[in-house]
Amino acid sequence: MGLPFHFSTPPRWLIVLSLVPLWLAGAFDTVQAQTRDFAAYLEALAGSDFKQKGEAMDRLAALQDPRMLPMLQALLDGRLYSRKSDKRFVTAERTGRDFVISDVLTDQVLGKVAKRKLAKISLNNPLRTKLRGIIARLHIHDKNPSVRLLAVAEIARNITPESGLLLRETLTAEQDPKVLEAMRVALALLEIQSADKKTRLEAIVTLSGEPSTEVRNRLATLVEQRPDGGYVEAEVEVREAAARALKSIDLKMSLYGLLETTFFGLSLGSVLVLASFGLAITFGVMGVINMAHGEMLMLGAYTTYVVQLLMPNHVDLSLFVAIPAAFLLAGLAGMLIQLGVIRYLYGRPLETLLATFGISLFLQQLVRSVFSPLNRSVSTPSWMSGSLEISSALSLTYNRIYILAFGLLVFAALLVILKKTSLGLHVRAVSQNRAMAKAMGIRTTRVDALTFGLGSGIAGVAGVALSQLTNVGPNLGQSYIVDTFMVVVFGGVGNLWGTLIGGLSLGVANKFLEPYAGAVLAKILILVLIIIFIQKRPRGLFPQKGRVAES
Amino acid sequence: MQRDRGGTAVLILLAIGILLVLILNLALPESSALHLSTYTVTLWGKYLCYALLALAVDLIWGYCGIMSLGHGAFFALGGYAMGMYLMRQIGDRGVYGHSVLPDFMVFLNWKELPWYWYGFDQFWFAMAMVVLVPGTLALVFGWLAFRSRVTGVYLAIITQAMTYALMLAFFRNDMGFGGNNGLTDFKDIFGINLQADSTRVAFFIASALALGLGYVTCRYVVNSKLGRVVVAIRDAEDRTRFLGYKVDRYKLWLFVLSAVLAGIAGALYVPQVGIINPSEFSPLNSIEIVIWVAVGGRGTLYGAIVGAILVNYAKTFFTTALPEVWLFALGALFVLVTLFLPQGVVALFRRKQEPA
Repeated sequence: MGLPFHFSTPPRWLIVLSLVPLWLAGAFDTVQAQTRDFAAYLEALAGSDFKQKGEAMDRLAALQDPRMLPMLQALLDGRLYSRKSDKRFVTAERTGRDFVISDVLTDQVLGKVAKRKLAKISLNNPLRTKLRGIIARLHIHDKNPSVRLLAVAEIARNITPESGLLLRETLTAEQDPKVLEAMRVALALLEIQSADKKTRLEAIVTLSGEPSTEVRNRLATLVEQRPDGGYVEAEVEVREAAARALKSIDLKMSLYGLLETTFFGLSLGSVLVLASFGLAITFGVMGVINMAHGEMLMLGAYTTYVVQLLMPNHVDLSLFVAIPAAFLLAGLAGMLIQLGVIRYLYGRPLETLLATFGISLFLQQLVRSVFSPLNRSVSTPSWMSGSLEISSALSLTYNRIYILAFGLLVFAALLVILKKTSLGLHVRAVSQNRAMAKAMGIRTTRVDALTFGLGSGIAGVAGVALSQLTNVGPNLGQSYIVDTFMVVVFGGVGNLWGTLIGGLSLGVANKFLEPYAGAVLAKILILVLIIIFIQKRPRGLFPQKGRVAES
Repeated sequence: MQRDRGGTAVLILLAIGILLVLILNLALPESSALHLSTYTVTLWGKYLCYALLALAVDLIWGYCGIMSLGHGAFFALGGYAMGMYLMRQIGDRGVYGHSVLPDFMVFLNWKELPWYWYGFDQFWFAMAMVVLVPGTLALVFGWLAFRSRVTGVYLAIITQAMTYALMLAFFRNDMGFGGNNGLTDFKDIFGINLQADSTRVAFFIASALALGLGYVTCRYVVNSKLGRVVVAIRDAEDRTRFLGYKVDRYKLWLFVLSAVLAGIAGALYVPQVGIINPSEFSPLNSIEIVIWVAVGGRGTLYGAIVGAILVNYAKTFFTTALPEVWLFALGALFVLVTLFLPQGVVALFRRKQEPA
């Protein structure tokens, strides 16, 4: 322990050189001799002495054998056994009640055996930690940079002078900037213990740019005071540097936290906005609430599920088929509801509410009968999975980014439809003054049907987006009626901008309240706030302008 | 009350019901073919509580045009107040045997009774709360809503949001109302076993009396001068306001009365079914109440009673015989009644004698 590191001294290249024979040995040694060693160490691994097991692990790790890494991984996962009958070492995969075993040394599949025929190679916690470190050190040469990055993170968690040595020698060959950065941070975590003050200061400077909890905790120990009044870190200068670094890390972390909460809020808001557009349009034009609106979302989500069932090999493309399909299906359903029921209840908004609620119950039960009451899982296309990593403390998942973008896209499309097409003109006219529009020769019944189709279609499309975030089940839409209505009321009826801003701000407010009040209480608070808000602005954030006829 | 034929019929039927139950359940031995099982008595007691709830909704929807999709909340609050009293009556006979704390609080490792549980060991206090809690909520909520002239679908959805928020709140364990499981495992009331046949019959009679009394009260209110103004508000709110009536006060008064009736219905309902939990707050429950009234015929009072009993009888039948079909049937009921039977089933009998 406590090996001082000096960048200019020879050991670095000497070590690299000294490793070369090992590599060569691994390459030229006869396979048999290696297998013999391998088997001997495995024997020690199966023993009951944990100290010997640890030594055996180290020896195995030094072997440079391709069979070793899968074996160690199996050991860590608890899949490494020895067969009681002939003491052969096997990895086992559970299938039903039995295990399928394959020989570790020959990789040969040995067939199915019952569990009692096998003896598990056991580990204790210190050994497991050690094993994780060993595996990480082996992974550091992996071809895949993300595997290397994980390996470096594992090493950094428990860095020792030996692993530091390893990092330093791989540092020169490393090309990937992310891995390189992670390695530097890991090394700085080690150098912070160095005896040389200058090295420690440099390490702190390196660490101050890395906002992660691990680094933060490590730095915090430097400025800690011991019970006897002395400091863990003797030098005042280093302590001050550490305190500064801590401050900058704290600032960065809270900034990232803020960004993350805002992003989550926007993402929740975009879902709300997508779900609310349809309601905003139909409510704006006809003044009736379609309680089956949530079920249009549900229909869209189930359409995604069915499309994926129909084209199981093209999950990546399925969404592009599902979006128009959901629009058409939900739009048709909406037009049917309008033509079959709502048309006859004109001027009776409360009865319309009841009737459409009945339709929503009907649709829910229909889906339950057809698809089963259980939730269905919709798979995520590969281009939507994963996350955009901005820093180690902030990563944004792609599906949420895409849904946010999709929400804005739908908004733009709707704006164009409402502002630039003749249907849009008619829709706006009817929503401003139905009687006058009718007098001017606009066929209001046709406009109503088309609006309903459009609003429901948008809801269906929103359902496709929702299927990527939550489970698809018969109750999917039910919970959205209150939320979407709140968005419409908050933003102002019949105003797309109001819906957009209302939905996004409600989403963000919800996510900002959550850490203080908890998810449920945050929701209740938002509801109460909206009720109070309506006291002050009964027509929402952006009231509709123009000569609106009062009922 | 001379011209109120439907109402007279309802009151007479209630009296006959009480007599029948007394004779068929208590006087006849169980072996008799005419014996009415206690299960049936309790079931009908439950229907009568629903009928009182429907009456409360009809009072505001049928006569004042206020469609509340959150009346289940008042019902549940009354029920919770009763449940809290019954919970305190358990005393140290709970699973954990704590002398004061109900079982779920011991389970959550609470040491003291929360302040809002104080007083619920007294019957009079619990009964006061049955009336005051729903009444106060209705007063505050109604004042906020009517003052800013929230009407129609806006009001409907906001009341729905209210009951939804309350449901979320009552689901939380740290609210101190038993969370998900609610309040249950009641033992007795005034030291008399809740499960006993005579207690069940007593609750049936209490429900019938409450319904009858509720009906007479509502009839009195709608026939009074205040009732006339309320109907005027329903038909032309702005005009009534311009005539100088303080519209929001009338509405508020009626809304609070309706909430109190709903609370009493809830308090009678809980000891009969033996449980109260947050699902009573669910928006679906509240909207179902409205459909009972719509089926029966709104703006008649007795129609609400008929509707509540009809729909719930059908529900009991369907959910046991054909559970799959029930939601289809309920959904269809919503649509068909609003489209083809806007006056409800009582209109089918009334049309010839007295035009609406």
